[in-house]
Amino acid sequence: MSSLTTIGSSSGPRLTPLDPRTASAFPIAAHAAVGNTQLRKNVRHATEVIQTKRARVVGEMPDWQALREAGKRIREHTMQHLDAYLLQFEENCTRAGGQVHWARDAEEARQIVVRLALQGSADSSTKEVIKIKSMTTEEIQLNHALQAAGVTPYETDLAELIIQLGHDQPSHIVVPALHKNRQQIRDIFIREMNLPDLGESPHDLADAARRFLREKFLRVQTAISGANFLIADTGGVCVVESEGNGRMCLTLPQTLITIAGIDKVLPRYQDLEVLLQTLPRSATGERMNPYNSIWTGVHPADGPRTFHVVLMDNGRSDVLADKEARQTLNCIRCGACQNACPVYRQTGGHAYGSVYAGPIGAILTPQLQKMEHGESLPYASSLCGACYEVCPVKINIPEVLIHLRNRVVERKTAGLGFLTSPEAIAMKTMSYIFQSESRFRAAQRLGRMAESPLTHKDGSGERWISWLPGIAGGWTQVRDLRSMPKQSFREWFEQRDQQRGTHGN
Amino acid sequence: MATSADAKADVLARIRAANHGATALPAAASHWTQIPRAYKSAAALTTDLRLNLLVDRLRDYDAEVDCITRDQVPSTISNVLAARGYPTMLMPPCFPADLLPAADLIATDNHFTSAELDHFNGILTEATLAIAETGTIVLQNVPGQGRRAATLVPDFHLCIVNAEDVVETVPEAVRRLGRSAHLPTTFISGPSATADIEMTRIKGVHGPRFLHVLLVTSAVRSSSV
Amino acid sequence: MEALLRVSLFITCYNDTLFPESGQAVVRVLERLGHSVDFPAGQTCCGQMHYNTGYQQDAMPLLPRFIEQFRDAEAVVVPSSSCVAMMREHYPSMAERLQQSGNHPGIIEEVEALLPRVWEFSAFLTERLGLTDVGAYYPHRVTYHASCHGLRSLNLGDGPHSLLRAVRGIDLVPLDHVEQCCGFGGTFAVKNADVSSAMLAEKTTAVLNTGAEVCTACDNSCLMHIAGALHRQRTGVRTVHLAQILAGEEGQ
Repeated sequence: MSSLTTIGSSSGPRLTPLDPRTASAFPIAAHAAVGNTQLRKNVRHATEVIQTKRARVVGEMPDWQALREAGKRIREHTMQHLDAYLLQFEENCTRAGGQVHWARDAEEARQIVVRLALQGSADSSTKEVIKIKSMTTEEIQLNHALQAAGVTPYETDLAELIIQLGHDQPSHIVVPALHKNRQQIRDIFIREMNLPDLGESPHDLADAARRFLREKFLRVQTAISGANFLIADTGGVCVVESEGNGRMCLTLPQTLITIAGIDKVLPRYQDLEVLLQTLPRSATGERMNPYNSIWTGVHPADGPRTFHVVLMDNGRSDVLADKEARQTLNCIRCGACQNACPVYRQTGGHAYGSVYAGPIGAILTPQLQKMEHGESLPYASSLCGACYEVCPVKINIPEVLIHLRNRVVERKTAGLGFLTSPEAIAMKTMSYIFQSESRFRAAQRLGRMAESPLTHKDGSGERWISWLPGIAGGWTQVRDLRSMPKQSFREWFEQRDQQRGTHGN
Repeated sequence: MATSADAKADVLARIRAANHGATALPAAASHWTQIPRAYKSAAALTTDLRLNLLVDRLRDYDAEVDCITRDQVPSTISNVLAARGYPTMLMPPCFPADLLPAADLIATDNHFTSAELDHFNGILTEATLAIAETGTIVLQNVPGQGRRAATLVPDFHLCIVNAEDVVETVPEAVRRLGRSAHLPTTFISGPSATADIEMTRIKGVHGPRFLHVLLVTSAVRSSSV
Repeated sequence: MEALLRVSLFITCYNDTLFPESGQAVVRVLERLGHSVDFPAGQTCCGQMHYNTGYQQDAMPLLPRFIEQFRDAEAVVVPSSSCVAMMREHYPSMAERLQQSGNHPGIIEEVEALLPRVWEFSAFLTERLGLTDVGAYYPHRVTYHASCHGLRSLNLGDGPHSLLRAVRGIDLVPLDHVEQCCGFGGTFAVKNADVSSAMLAEKTTAVLNTGAEVCTACDNSCLMHIAGALHRQRTGVRTVHLAQILAGEEGQ
């Protein structure tokens, strides 16, 4: 085995961190993704497999809708009483020996975690941490901050290890490396683990990861985790996982640092009875994932001797302040919406320019950022509603998307801003037309005249349009448009009435 | 640099502004009780069907299961260990002596370091409860189950589950566990697994790759053996 | 026998302009069943395009206009599942905002009173009238695309299929991945043309795999999208609104 001191240091293609402040607009990023045959095959395969598994285990639950409703109500209730529950969690966790820290934003969270990580490895010669997959740490680009402070982070989730060793970025909340197939993963492992004879079966690859990481689990004395749930009435923390890397990180090191968004709190231990049913079935299509760990502070002779929790806001309280969009915070990060989304299935996650991809990313990312970043994301949806249908806490994602589109438009068209937007002018004009019957009739006639130079007759004698100018050109990339008929419906109806000599019958 | 106390005050202030005021636990508690819970939260199956369901679900995860009576436990342990070529076995302190085979096959966990734990091939424990519907075994740090690391590092987990500790649903389990919620608790559903590579389920990544459950009933059950 | 109704038709702006034959078919089916149809001439658009694209202010004036045209209707029939979904999902909150603005007193109650009388065309037949056989004849191989709004917002379920199954002469073939969006999504099709095209390619492949001559749906917006690709590729497969199949008669 190679002795890597800084992991992921060797050459290879490097993907810059997913950062909504610098990412391309979705349509531009999606253009490249749609052209990537291998990516689309990998993503389609993975999402289809998870969807099929999910459908099977959800189908066997006659009370599924009741569980969804309860989950939604629990999360809504939590958000309504968030201050009280966070304080209760802090009090109970502290009483059990945990240390609770608060962070207003990503920068503050990074500073706290880096400081604690340095403290945790103060008496060891090498400064290293082992990490459980955590979207929250991805959100704040924690690994960069750790490395900048001389601390080497080792991702221990198989998918995150693939991402880290491949200098890649996560593309899915639950299965971050789902855009890579076995051959691509093998190439990464051969290069980064120095295993020239590695086979390419998933079993070989998982086994290589097991051997690569076992030594780190046994040696490294500080771990960093996210949290699935913070339990207010006990001060406990729950982490849900599959591989056992989570349990390794939570129990073997001397110091554990858990970072969680303030939205991760649950009122009571009993509430797990709902979410521990809906989360695994939604996330991985299992009745229960292999391991759930629940711990409360520090336990004598069992697990870390020092335990920190960092409660991070980083834009979440702004989401809470938006009455229509606050349901975004109900998310329990199961990824079901990503698997169900026909847009995500075509592009994969990177096109969203954020660690939160897919439908939930399309609503979460623009809200966690200032609205001008990621403002193409609320439009990255056909509003088909598949996300809402599978959401285990019933977040009405299409409704939030539409609300955020409105916020984008309000920002762009404030004052005389609409004058610089052809779309806004077109929308205003259309609205003006629709507010009057005579204007609407005139527009219908005008439309027929205006389009006629663009039409051509097909083999059946119908007239079609195969090229449109400007933004409408997106339509005629791959589609024709039938020309407007000579007579509108209203003209036909009125003509019929006249012929009958009566109105109606 | 701003202190954590400032950050706490700021974060709470932002939340309270967003919620149009502070909230208090008593009011939250009464609101919490009004959350509708129309889902299934009580057992519906007979004992036999419940145990059969557990066995099916465990086997679905590739766990091995034997249904035996309590007096068969020592000999079954011997047989299982023999079949596995006598792995170096560990058990938590205070493991019930009447369940152990006569031969001295199993060492007691004695504050071993992680590296020392890594030299053991297997771990023998009891369980707090099991959930039939999901095929889950729940361990807590109590005598007979021990600390979490010991059931994690060795590659083989032999677990004794008493039939009276088998519940049907997750809500039943969570409500029972609520009484001892402060204990370190681990839900185990089959051997560790990953589907991170092409969604192919691979058994065994970091946790034990082999799970063997001895389901202990008061009488031998023929239906699921 | 169900009492005969006076049905007010909300044709929707794009059906009026682009797909008059679908509206004509709706009239034919309803009249064949003995109901009368009127067409309030002041109607224009439900506001869906504006609302869903984020121009909610520009959609607002269209709600009072709709109420004005249809407040006294016995039943409003709309041959577009997405427009009905727009009304069901957003008119109540739009009405709240309008009422708060002070210029439209009582509009909340008016919306509440009117919405239960607004029916998507197929649901009007199956749910309001309790029919599946409307006496249609259509000797063609047909596959049905379940438009997202019909499927998920209106929960049309098996309704449209049950109507199609009762059509004499029809060869109805199921569409693979019927729950999958065609990629239209209103302005999505032009704002995200690449992704929309990729979604559409999957849909047209599924349609072609059925060997159907005709793809139908309860929403001409999806059909316009699907037809655009089927025509561009010279597949010879046509799209027609469900009403046009149900209007089919022997000897036509």
